[in-house]
Amino acid sequence: MASTNYETVVGLEVHVELKTKSKIFSPSPNQFGSEPNTNTSVIDLGYPGVLPVVNKEVVNYAMRAALALNMDINQHTKFDRKNYFYPDNPKAYQISQFDKPIGENGWLEIEVNGEKKRIGITRIHMEEDAGKLTHGANASLVDYNRQGTPLVEIVSEPDIRTADEAYAYLEKLKAIIQYTGVSDVRMEEGSLRCDANISIRPYGQDEFGTRTELKNLNSFNFVRKGIEYEAQRQEAVLNAGGEIKQETRRFDEKTGKTILMRVKEGTDDYRYFPEPDLVDIVIDDAWLEQERAMIPELPDARQARYVAEMGLPAYDAGVLTLSKEMADFFEGTVSEGADAKLASNWLMGEVSAYLNAEQQELHDTALTPAGLASMIKLISDGTISSKIAKKVFKELIENGGDAKKIVEEKGLVQISDAGALVPMITEILDNNEQSIIDFKNGKDRAIGFLVGQIMKATRGKANPQMVNKILLEEIQKR
Amino acid sequence: MSLFDKTSAELQQALLNKEITIADLTKEAYARIDALDGEVGAFLALNKAAAEQEAAEKDQVPFEERGPLFGLPIGVKDNIVTEGIETTCASKILEGFNPIYSATVVEKLRKAGMVTVGKVNMDEFAMGSANENSAIKKVHNPWDFDRAPGGSSGGSAAAVAAGEVPFTLGSDTGGSIRQPAAFCGVVGMKPTYGRVSRYGLVAFASSLDQIGPITRNVRDNALLLEAIAGVDEHDSTSANVAVPSYVEELTGDIKGLKVAVPQEYLAEGVSEGVKAQVLAAIEKLKELGATVDTVSLPHSKYALAAYYIISSSEASSNLSRFDGIRYGFRAEADNLEDLYLQTRAQGFGDEVKRRIMLGTYSLSAGTYDAYYKKAQQVRTLIKQDFDKVFEEYDVIVGPTTPTTAFKLGENLDDPMTVYANDILTVPINLAGVPAISIPCGFDNDMPVGLQIIGKYFEEGTIYRVADAFEKATDFHNAKPQTWEVK
Repeated sequence: MASTNYETVVGLEVHVELKTKSKIFSPSPNQFGSEPNTNTSVIDLGYPGVLPVVNKEVVNYAMRAALALNMDINQHTKFDRKNYFYPDNPKAYQISQFDKPIGENGWLEIEVNGEKKRIGITRIHMEEDAGKLTHGANASLVDYNRQGTPLVEIVSEPDIRTADEAYAYLEKLKAIIQYTGVSDVRMEEGSLRCDANISIRPYGQDEFGTRTELKNLNSFNFVRKGIEYEAQRQEAVLNAGGEIKQETRRFDEKTGKTILMRVKEGTDDYRYFPEPDLVDIVIDDAWLEQERAMIPELPDARQARYVAEMGLPAYDAGVLTLSKEMADFFEGTVSEGADAKLASNWLMGEVSAYLNAEQQELHDTALTPAGLASMIKLISDGTISSKIAKKVFKELIENGGDAKKIVEEKGLVQISDAGALVPMITEILDNNEQSIIDFKNGKDRAIGFLVGQIMKATRGKANPQMVNKILLEEIQKR
Repeated sequence: MSLFDKTSAELQQALLNKEITIADLTKEAYARIDALDGEVGAFLALNKAAAEQEAAEKDQVPFEERGPLFGLPIGVKDNIVTEGIETTCASKILEGFNPIYSATVVEKLRKAGMVTVGKVNMDEFAMGSANENSAIKKVHNPWDFDRAPGGSSGGSAAAVAAGEVPFTLGSDTGGSIRQPAAFCGVVGMKPTYGRVSRYGLVAFASSLDQIGPITRNVRDNALLLEAIAGVDEHDSTSANVAVPSYVEELTGDIKGLKVAVPQEYLAEGVSEGVKAQVLAAIEKLKELGATVDTVSLPHSKYALAAYYIISSSEASSNLSRFDGIRYGFRAEADNLEDLYLQTRAQGFGDEVKRRIMLGTYSLSAGTYDAYYKKAQQVRTLIKQDFDKVFEEYDVIVGPTTPTTAFKLGENLDDPMTVYANDILTVPINLAGVPAISIPCGFDNDMPVGLQIIGKYFEEGTIYRVADAFEKATDFHNAKPQTWEVK
């Protein structure tokens, strides 16, 4: 792609499902993956005569998310009706929040290419999710299980300038929400959904260009690709003398392109008005502080602490703190006596590789902080080599247990006793005279062969540093 | 003579004396419905088999376990959902709709031991003042079958006036209990907003709707309100205010009570006949020891406009759920948009459509501020009018309606005239205060209603005044000629 004269401007709208026990306005269970139309009640189905009742847990969770995103809380908040007809919307209005959302004026900080930047968050509001339609050849089916699932919509300011910034924003937003414990924030289950508003403008211009809204972004990577594609598409349109239309587009995962869904003519009139079936919610200071107290240490604070107190590189600290589970695991491992940097290396290296390969999360495995720490301690005190550690690790993550026991049971203790190593090495040298000659003639590779022979003879248990040392000494003697 | 000449206290005494059974009361209700309802048109779905079985079972319950309403028959307005009994709101769009749950008030009736004999007719979705908007059939005023029973709880008022049942529940959004009660010469109470749960009341205008009792005397009315009132966890707008014993308020003593008569309620538009009866009633209150002053509710003249905007706005949203997708009537259609259009075009009547259009317009982006928002501001002013008067007075008294019952069909093409009939009742709903209509005389042989308005949650005071008046007069004993079944 050629360099561009245009700056990309992005604002993101993120919907997050709250994992409350019951729905936002009915006592129906808030559950994913049940048989269609089983988690429903007359209230979810919009039967004549039913009334909504606000689930207080939803207000608590929304407030917690808002506070974690540095937002001001509207202590006098209310619900409004958003009116539109659609078969997945049983009352033909969605109960949402219009002019008094629970939170406003927040921000979060991202870091891209070593540069920190604050992205503003305009508002966070509570609303009910709709049902789900399935279209067949002759009929469309509707499942109302999702109807009434509590959502918060988090709307960013148009502060995002690149696809990487958008990615970093989502990663950080997901981390913060996950830390507060109010949502699973799993994009694959739909508990986090994202739409992007994208426009471009010539560098130096203050006014925004006409934006398009991009939907069907099912992973953070697709958000990144969608924004990149859309910015290029818009630029091509402008360069060809065309103009950008306000339209809704869909990201096509197969082609990586965006496809027109519909052109917006004017704004939709949802005829918002205050929900007369509910009373306004007044949040007193005690309630607010009670929720503030529920917020744990957030990713940024943890990252700073890992750097300052544990001496971790900022990069390590950033990666570890993106997931609360990972960060908690890390801290657990260190408090079990493991060296912080080694623990970080293992978690970012072998552990992450394993989780990615197996498509698992930490809690799906048998690994515990104590188990990982026991292994790292054995490495630190030289009981096992890194190579042996990989075998121990496999056992720990698949079957659990204590590294010391595994090492003992499997006879994996490193041989660091010169008295045991010297005879073995002497024997191998006796049998490989040519290698000694090669080595003395400057073929460094010969030493590798000899080490390999020793490792083979000890089934990998020989202490590599000791082997190297003794080997060189013995060769010198000949 | 009918069993329903008796008050509930007299009926309970007769039951206790084993002169009658609960089964007899149920039988009496169906016999009178059989004999009269062909002309009155008050009843829609009947619950006969279940009611008769229930009555027989209730006859087995020991007297010490019975309350004052136990075993007595009641008709329920058709916008209150009843599990297992068809509930249509008198609309084609809910034809055949059989609810799978019951309204909170229906559960409360069940707890009180009342026997629901059937559902009563109404204006479609409670929109109307003459009961001519029922999609099923018209209701006729038992005092004169050519005249309107009032609306929208026309069936509720006519059923009680004709003695088909001694009790009904109605709903009142802008006068829908009080105006038909006035037209039919019975007692109808619109409680304080939040006094009675709306859960299971098919919403017309959520911020105005209240369910209330219609009876032939004040004491029975008080008993029924006591049974249905109270906070409900299913209705966030229900108020957590204790329900007193209203019957204990019925002392007959109103000495020193401060009564306000708003000049606006006896102004132009109120017929001379109605005015004369209401002034006579006010004189009666003075005789009973009340002091009476004329006051002003200066924003009354804006109430009607504000009411029609707010109620229609809420209705336009509330009635959107009737889309043919999940329940009720569904029109044949080839695609989704057509399904919506045809279902609603064929399913709703003209008045309902008129209000949906009016409300949709009022809530639209370009008109919201000029209509809906302005109407809400007017509503605040009207509320303040009442607050101010109630700082000094115990009750406000005036006519319930400007005229007595008009002829059926008289105003069919003139919705504005019909709307104007609500002029004395809508301010009460906008303010949210409670008000009752009781019979206070006749004008050209048609009943006149006296409206008594009280402070928030002081229905007890209203009942005390109404009861004192009733004890001092005989209007509540008057019965239409149709009462006597051959």
